[in-house]
Amino acid sequence: MSDRVLMKGNEAIGEAAVQAGCQCYFGYPITPQNELTAYMSKRMIEEGRVFIQSESEIAAINMCFGAAAVGMRTMTSSSGPGISLKQEGISYMAGAELPMFFVNVMRGGPGLGNIAPSQADYFQCTRGGGHGDYRTVVYAPSDVQELYDYTFLGFDTADRYRIPTMIAADGILGQMMEPLVLTEYKQPTDLPSKQPWQLGDPSTQEPIWMTSVHLGEGKLEAHNLKLQKKHDLIEANEVRYEETMLDDAEIVIVAYGTSARVAKAAMLKAREAGIKVGMFRPITLWPFPNPQLNALADRIDNFLTVEMSLGQMIEDVRLATCGKARIHLHGRTAGGVPVEDDIVDQLKKILASKGDEIIRNF
Amino acid sequence: MEQQVFGMPKAMKPEQTLYCPGCGHGVAHRLVAELVDEFGLRDRAIGIAPVGCSVFADKYWNFDVISAAHGRAPAVATGMKRGRPDSFVICYQGDGDLAAIGTAETIHAANRGEHFVTIFVNNAIYGMTGGQMAPTTLIGQPSQTCQLGRDAAMMGHPIRVCELIKDLPGVAFAARGSVDTPKNVLTVKKHIKKGFQNSIDGKGWSLIEIVSPCPTNWGMTPRKALTWLRENMLEHYELGVFRDCDAGNGGGA
Repeated sequence: MSDRVLMKGNEAIGEAAVQAGCQCYFGYPITPQNELTAYMSKRMIEEGRVFIQSESEIAAINMCFGAAAVGMRTMTSSSGPGISLKQEGISYMAGAELPMFFVNVMRGGPGLGNIAPSQADYFQCTRGGGHGDYRTVVYAPSDVQELYDYTFLGFDTADRYRIPTMIAADGILGQMMEPLVLTEYKQPTDLPSKQPWQLGDPSTQEPIWMTSVHLGEGKLEAHNLKLQKKHDLIEANEVRYEETMLDDAEIVIVAYGTSARVAKAAMLKAREAGIKVGMFRPITLWPFPNPQLNALADRIDNFLTVEMSLGQMIEDVRLATCGKARIHLHGRTAGGVPVEDDIVDQLKKILASKGDEIIRNF
Repeated sequence: MEQQVFGMPKAMKPEQTLYCPGCGHGVAHRLVAELVDEFGLRDRAIGIAPVGCSVFADKYWNFDVISAAHGRAPAVATGMKRGRPDSFVICYQGDGDLAAIGTAETIHAANRGEHFVTIFVNNAIYGMTGGQMAPTTLIGQPSQTCQLGRDAAMMGHPIRVCELIKDLPGVAFAARGSVDTPKNVLTVKKHIKKGFQNSIDGKGWSLIEIVSPCPTNWGMTPRKALTWLRENMLEHYELGVFRDCDAGNGGGA
């Protein structure tokens, strides 16, 4: 199967989930991800799998907790306000080491905000968002094909490490239609079996206690250190990024998702104007490509982060580059989308500036 | 010839209880365990340990147990049962868990007619956190957070869950019992048995509410607590069957 079709981003995620063998999907309506829940309501039932429109995002994530605990490939999706409500359950799932794949089609915030595209949930996505010492793997696709492909990987990574994984998309990616090749899903042969820990399995001999509570002295610390080992392994093995025109670059744009698409066009325009600019696109927001950016900072003096938020990813770029370079910000918020010419103008300003000056667009 | 007439259920671990003297949880746990044995469900039963005193139900039940977030047990139960329909799911909850923080999950699981059994232990107080007002605390009953007694005008009324939920079409069975006397304990067991059977037969959601003493947080001796339960709680929480899909009063999904 390698049909080329025209599909909305939200629906591409849904079809990929079905192809990847998602057995249970639980969702609650919220814009701009509604097409995904609607798509699943049809496809999951066609396939004889589980679909529930839950009474709330809180219920949906806890249904995921239950379905994942009995060994099902499980998924939910929402937008920022709904993801806020799911964070409690995500924390419980991380604590109980349950695999689950979820999607945040980001909109403007804080609060009810608006329904326009945004990347302002970067902190929420990458800092866990819920309580306690845990991590979730965050993929940031930048086109519809990648939404499809990274949904496959999201399920596989969740199962491989017994950890919640997510796609951080935005309203543009979710809503836009693009050509897409419906590649066939092939499950990796080395994924660990769920049999040793899944509940309700008559073939298991001893009763299993599935929990995130560890009350005895030192028990939670030991558990969290075990989680940390897993996080270290993920940081070592799962970082993904894309580099463009870095060889002769004097300044580098760092951008992900929709911002990266605008930034790439801006980069090409700037190149035409003689500016030696390259681009670095993190595809995993956690684990963040720290070593790669750090190495780049050895020869690049100026980075410009382009993001649809007012300086969130820039914090990771600063941390990655350890003060070796100046990190500038091009941020838009609440539905504002970066414009190519504005980015080119800012690149010019940065290259003309001197000393330690940090330049931002607002 | 010797014949064993009473013993520890296989679905119960030989653990010393951590519950306070006179607490009703031990009896409720045991009734569930006896029925898991009687129905032969131990290899596919999953119990839900809620947030509250019964958070460590796994310590006593000798089958799979999952601990849910506060109030979310019915959603977790839904996910498990839908994901693995051949499992047998027992959703065990206290009054704060079921009727305060988890009201929405309870009502919607009931309304969908999910095929699991909910055991609702109503002792009119928050036990684990040290005796705060529950949604089922009686008018005039004192607690850590209503020290002068519950005042309806300020704090609302004690919720009767069976009565609230009985008319939802997804409910197969809703009954309230008490563990204050051996006779009432046997009636509770009959109710739970009915719930188990409904769940096995796919008839919908079953609720068994158990009015239960909490001597520690009521500030009473175990014996005094039973008297208080009879004279006060059973006045407000009438015992009986409120919904039975097999008795011609509707129900089931």
